[in-house]
Amino acid sequence: MRLELHKVKIEKLAFAEKTYVQKRTLYIGRAEAEQLILEDTRFISAKIDLAMPGEKTRIIPVKDVVEPRVKLDGEGYFPGFFAPMKKTGEGQTLVLDGAAVVTCGPIVAFQEGFIDMSGPGAPYSPFSQTCNVVLSVEPREGLEKHQYETALREAGLKLALFIATACRDGGAASQVEEVQVFEKEDTYKENAKYPDLPKIIYVCMNITQGLLHDTYLYAADLRPALPTLLHPNEVLDGAMVSGNCVSACDKNTTWHHLHNPIVQELYKRHGKELNFLGVIPTQESTILDGKLRAAALNLSIAQQLGADGVIVSEEGYGNPDTDLCLNAKFFENAGIKSVVVSDESAGTDGASQSLADATPEMTAFISTGNVNEMIEVPAMERIIGYPAAIAELSGGSTESLREDGSMYVELQSVIASTAEIGFNKLGCEWI
Amino acid sequence: MTYRIVHYINQFYAGIGGEEKADYAPEVREGVVGPGMQIQKLLENDAVVVGTVICGDGFYGENTEEARAKCLEMIAALKPDAFVAGPAFNAGRYGFACGDIAAAVGEKLGIPTVTAMYHENPGVELFSKKTYIVATGDSARAMGQALPAMTKLLHKLVMKEEMGPARLEGYIHRGMRKSFFHEKSGAERAVDMLLAKLRGEPYRTEYEMPVFNKIPPAPPVKDLKKAKIALISSGGIVPKGNPDHIRVSSAESYGAYDISKLEDMTPENYESIHGGYDREWANIDPDVVLPLDVMRELEAEGVFAKIHPVFYTTTGTGTAVAHAERFGQEIGELLKNAEVDAAILTST
Repeated sequence: MRLELHKVKIEKLAFAEKTYVQKRTLYIGRAEAEQLILEDTRFISAKIDLAMPGEKTRIIPVKDVVEPRVKLDGEGYFPGFFAPMKKTGEGQTLVLDGAAVVTCGPIVAFQEGFIDMSGPGAPYSPFSQTCNVVLSVEPREGLEKHQYETALREAGLKLALFIATACRDGGAASQVEEVQVFEKEDTYKENAKYPDLPKIIYVCMNITQGLLHDTYLYAADLRPALPTLLHPNEVLDGAMVSGNCVSACDKNTTWHHLHNPIVQELYKRHGKELNFLGVIPTQESTILDGKLRAAALNLSIAQQLGADGVIVSEEGYGNPDTDLCLNAKFFENAGIKSVVVSDESAGTDGASQSLADATPEMTAFISTGNVNEMIEVPAMERIIGYPAAIAELSGGSTESLREDGSMYVELQSVIASTAEIGFNKLGCEWI
Repeated sequence: MTYRIVHYINQFYAGIGGEEKADYAPEVREGVVGPGMQIQKLLENDAVVVGTVICGDGFYGENTEEARAKCLEMIAALKPDAFVAGPAFNAGRYGFACGDIAAAVGEKLGIPTVTAMYHENPGVELFSKKTYIVATGDSARAMGQALPAMTKLLHKLVMKEEMGPARLEGYIHRGMRKSFFHEKSGAERAVDMLLAKLRGEPYRTEYEMPVFNKIPPAPPVKDLKKAKIALISSGGIVPKGNPDHIRVSSAESYGAYDISKLEDMTPENYESIHGGYDREWANIDPDVVLPLDVMRELEAEGVFAKIHPVFYTTTGTGTAVAHAERFGQEIGELLKNAEVDAAILTST
């Protein structure tokens, strides 16, 4: 299977009459884009703002981030949402590399976060480095929370696709600066090519707890689903979408799924140091039997493929620590070597135990930071969204927002600051 | 600016004598004595060792309160910006004295403190959370490595430079976790670690598994009809408006509320502030999380004797284990004193 990401670099944003890209500047037709969002009668207003790296701008509360993409040789993106239902991971995809659609609006649930485009909070989030097209909506009065979540999730995907499509149709293909190729055949052929390399599988845990804690695979809710096997290309090409209002620091945004760094890293070393078998998107159930079932099936798939090693990444913290432990335990006891990637909840002083569950088989742990660590962020010149939302965000409190506009908050209120998909360089150490 | 340092050593390193002089009472001398000379040299011109406090190991161990008070007084009089003690290597009494005085100086004078000892020195276990302890070899043969390592840390502290992780700075960690930026991403580190593990090569896990305390459950209630039952929840149910400002996640407190006159929880009197689940239904009927209504019915039927008049509540999401343990111990104590026979804990 061969996937080509045709990347147009974006370094600047500006408003214009129409939406197009020219010389690394993405022009957004503000009126047409806002009109597009307002087609959904669940919103009474839609506003687009632009935020660039280095600006003294804060975006709050952020729900999801989506990279503008569209198939160059096909229709739409995100099958089941804004593309016909078909397999992803093949052919050519246009990517507006460096641009991101950020969704914002009155808080859906407590677990959204903020992005600072500069200052001490900026290095913690990858989205301080992207050129952000920020969509702020207001839901119709009385719109039920789950419907609002659906509407806002879909609006982000829709806007990202609209921008990418307009650019494609305006001839963006001629401005492609880099083509990134991901190519790998089926496991049978790859095994024949690399008989001596260790066979590695990646288990991507997703929050699937219902009640605004959901992840979608080919537009199907993963919660009532079972673990399954994907070709890595599918993940990198829009198979997975975040529907999560889980704690901001460690939710995998849709942008993160598209960029899944563990998939990319395993791919990079495929055929050289290892043989990358594929990706198992799996559940984090709220009941013990569900946790046991997912861990058992993850193992089953890995065993059918003859895996020697596995990387397991968690999403969220607390309750899913048990899923993480079960995965490590089942794999290790079956003789499959495991490494887990997780953040820590070590308390504001860092002196508490970091996990809600532990198991002696979890001997190889990659830490992506302490979600409870306190950071101070200064007031910003411009706020996009609703600054008072910090009082309701996980990691914030009523005292967080000070009169001068500065905030004293836990790291967990910064979007993707401790992403357990391993995107960032942050990690805990003993002091 | 030249910073002022005070150094602490025992009678042996001051050249006063060995075990026969271990009862030597605290004394202060101007400038450097013994190993302080090398410390001064390594500090160059940034800091000066203004004085050395000397005390016999036996004296400090046997008259700890008095020794600590006297030494503290001598140290404070020298107005130091930082304090250094030892190195004590594997000498148990000297390690205790270095750790104890360093911890006391840090606490009372609010200045950075450094000492150094062998990792098995009992002083490590006692004081590693209260002062920086540089890891050294087990005897004075390691002096050549110990002094530069101690001085480097001392210099860093006095210049208020950012302190790195224990394993890189050379001190024994104080049991705390802190986030740092690595050179590689988490994903790269994960693949590196897995390949090392598969090849049987050494690798360093970034978090060693904690050992949890296993609490044996209390024996069953003997006679339910006579039992007083308490309600406890980590489901974030609080009086409307959250009067005690319990945090929506990572709670560091719990609330205790009188329900003696309450028959039912309604959206008018109670709400959920929990930051980890969708509160929609809990806010329509808080009894779904804290089942007071059903408990009142059972109480009226005589299934058990009485509901305890106070219920305890917090939010159990992202709550540090250390806080959770403290809540449990405190609430347990209160229930015991109130002669409660059993408790129902509801989670979410």
